[in-house]
Amino acid sequence: MAETEIKTFSVNFGPQHPAAHGVLRLVLEMDGEIVERADPHIGLLHRGTEKLIEYRPYLQNIPYFDRLDYCSMLCQEHSFVLAVEKLLGVEVPIRARYIRVLFCEITRILNHLLNITTMALDIGAMTPLLWGFEQREKLMEFYEAVSGARMHANYFRFGGVAKDMPAGLEERILAWCDQFERFMADIETLLNENRIFKQRTVDIGVVSAEDALAWGFSGPMLRASGVAWDLRKAQPYEIYDRLDFDIPIGKHGDCYDRYLVRMQEMRESVKIIRQCIEQMPEGPVRTPNHKVTPPPRAEMKRSMEALIHHFKLFTEGIHVPEGEVYVATENPKGEFAVYLVSDGTNKPYRCKIRSPAYVHLQALEMMGKGHQLADVVAIIGALDVVFGEVDR
Amino acid sequence: MTVDTGPQMIASLEEMLAIIEPALGETLIEKRIAYGELTIVVPAPQIVRVLTFLRDEPGLLFKELVDLCGVDWPEREQRFDVVYHLLSLHHNHRLRVKVRTDEYTPVPSVVSVYPTAGWFEREAWDMYGILFADHPDLRRLLSDYGFDGHPLRKDFPLTGYVELRYDEEQKRVVYEPVKLRQDFRTFDFLSPWEGSGMLPGDEKAQG
Repeated sequence: MAETEIKTFSVNFGPQHPAAHGVLRLVLEMDGEIVERADPHIGLLHRGTEKLIEYRPYLQNIPYFDRLDYCSMLCQEHSFVLAVEKLLGVEVPIRARYIRVLFCEITRILNHLLNITTMALDIGAMTPLLWGFEQREKLMEFYEAVSGARMHANYFRFGGVAKDMPAGLEERILAWCDQFERFMADIETLLNENRIFKQRTVDIGVVSAEDALAWGFSGPMLRASGVAWDLRKAQPYEIYDRLDFDIPIGKHGDCYDRYLVRMQEMRESVKIIRQCIEQMPEGPVRTPNHKVTPPPRAEMKRSMEALIHHFKLFTEGIHVPEGEVYVATENPKGEFAVYLVSDGTNKPYRCKIRSPAYVHLQALEMMGKGHQLADVVAIIGALDVVFGEVDR
Repeated sequence: MTVDTGPQMIASLEEMLAIIEPALGETLIEKRIAYGELTIVVPAPQIVRVLTFLRDEPGLLFKELVDLCGVDWPEREQRFDVVYHLLSLHHNHRLRVKVRTDEYTPVPSVVSVYPTAGWFEREAWDMYGILFADHPDLRRLLSDYGFDGHPLRKDFPLTGYVELRYDEEQKRVVYEPVKLRQDFRTFDFLSPWEGSGMLPGDEKAQG
């Protein structure tokens, strides 16, 4: 036979695969060990969040945002809460803003710890995971202290936060910050110059700055490609303009740079946490406008009006003025935005959730083409995908 | 909310509009500045031209398409809005572009302008049944293999039409019509004093 036919074969990666970070089904067309085509099949965790949101009053929708990306819970609530506040035009007390930023940064560390350590696990390093999850556990205790839940906090409210922080939490957070640097140094000793880790990540999944923009990248993925873009700096929301922090960027846009950017971002987050605690003033944590936030229990015993407000808030809910807003915040994974269309009733007319990982996952084919199957695992790890938010 | 909606922000939006308006001319059906955000509406057949212009015009440079989604307004003749959210890193601006369409008229796909539109358009097709012309791969994205219908349309019930379970006898997953143990309950909490609808019993007084 003079001609040999070259046959590509397809590999079904997932949906049940430990390196798929959830329920990703990836249909790969392979030429030997080389990936020719990668077709992610998503939607296996699709719960119809956007549809459900249209059927609930605004307040009941906040918990759905915890359950999108279940590694960066409060950051997602933040986008939704800011969007509703923008339509309502309520002013948030300054202490509540500090608490929100404080917990957004704690969430960022939570998310990056999970991502870095599981990515290391995917490519063969087990120890970072064990150490990282110990730190995550400590951070979740702070979540628990303010909201009562370790993960799905449901803590932010329109016009503030649900409750003030319990006494002594600041000191506990600061004590945690003090020991965190040593942990970071440990992880860096394990990974930064690790030969296997570098062999698996350096020059893998390289994305140029132009490609990153064309494919809609945001967050650490965009910054690893050398674009200094962070919504906290570029379009500051809450009190980020009062804080002093830096935006780490990468040079090569490969998986290794993404890892380095995330590591550095955690250090910056610790810096922000310290500043928040230092600058945080005393004061109320919810807006006194009782059309938006419930009145205190004691007042309800005496004031008829407070009782009516309370009743109306928890039966009818908040009426949000007609209009549409698009509010984006810098999530650990990138730009997480809520496009909210209100028709003036107590339920959202349309709530589109723009999730960063969804956009990044789409570019998997572009990034994975020509790489080996094992490299696809490293790329998925560095993408930082969580299917709760990809599938929504 | 500390997002700047003050005079400075509005001025910069108007500056942006001053570039867009003459260039688009007739194509610009509607423009609106609300909540510190600029929205423009253009005709659907022109969307590729408009987005290419917005991307390449040096005064705008909307290099990133951050979001694309559908919105359903069933009472309108052209029931769907397709909403494009653009971001210019260079000038630090956001812009919302809208086109209108109905169930049968395809919107030109913008994959050639922004490759990231691929999945967004697939999702809009999946969720709303909005057709996109010249899309390289317009398959369903989020819903189940073999799913029927477009779940985010306003006339699609929240509970859906089918439910699935694993059948022990057939050893496979089977689809069955939805059986609800109790009726799906929707409560109308809107205040009767503020709401526009009729109260139950009012029809007797008028009849």
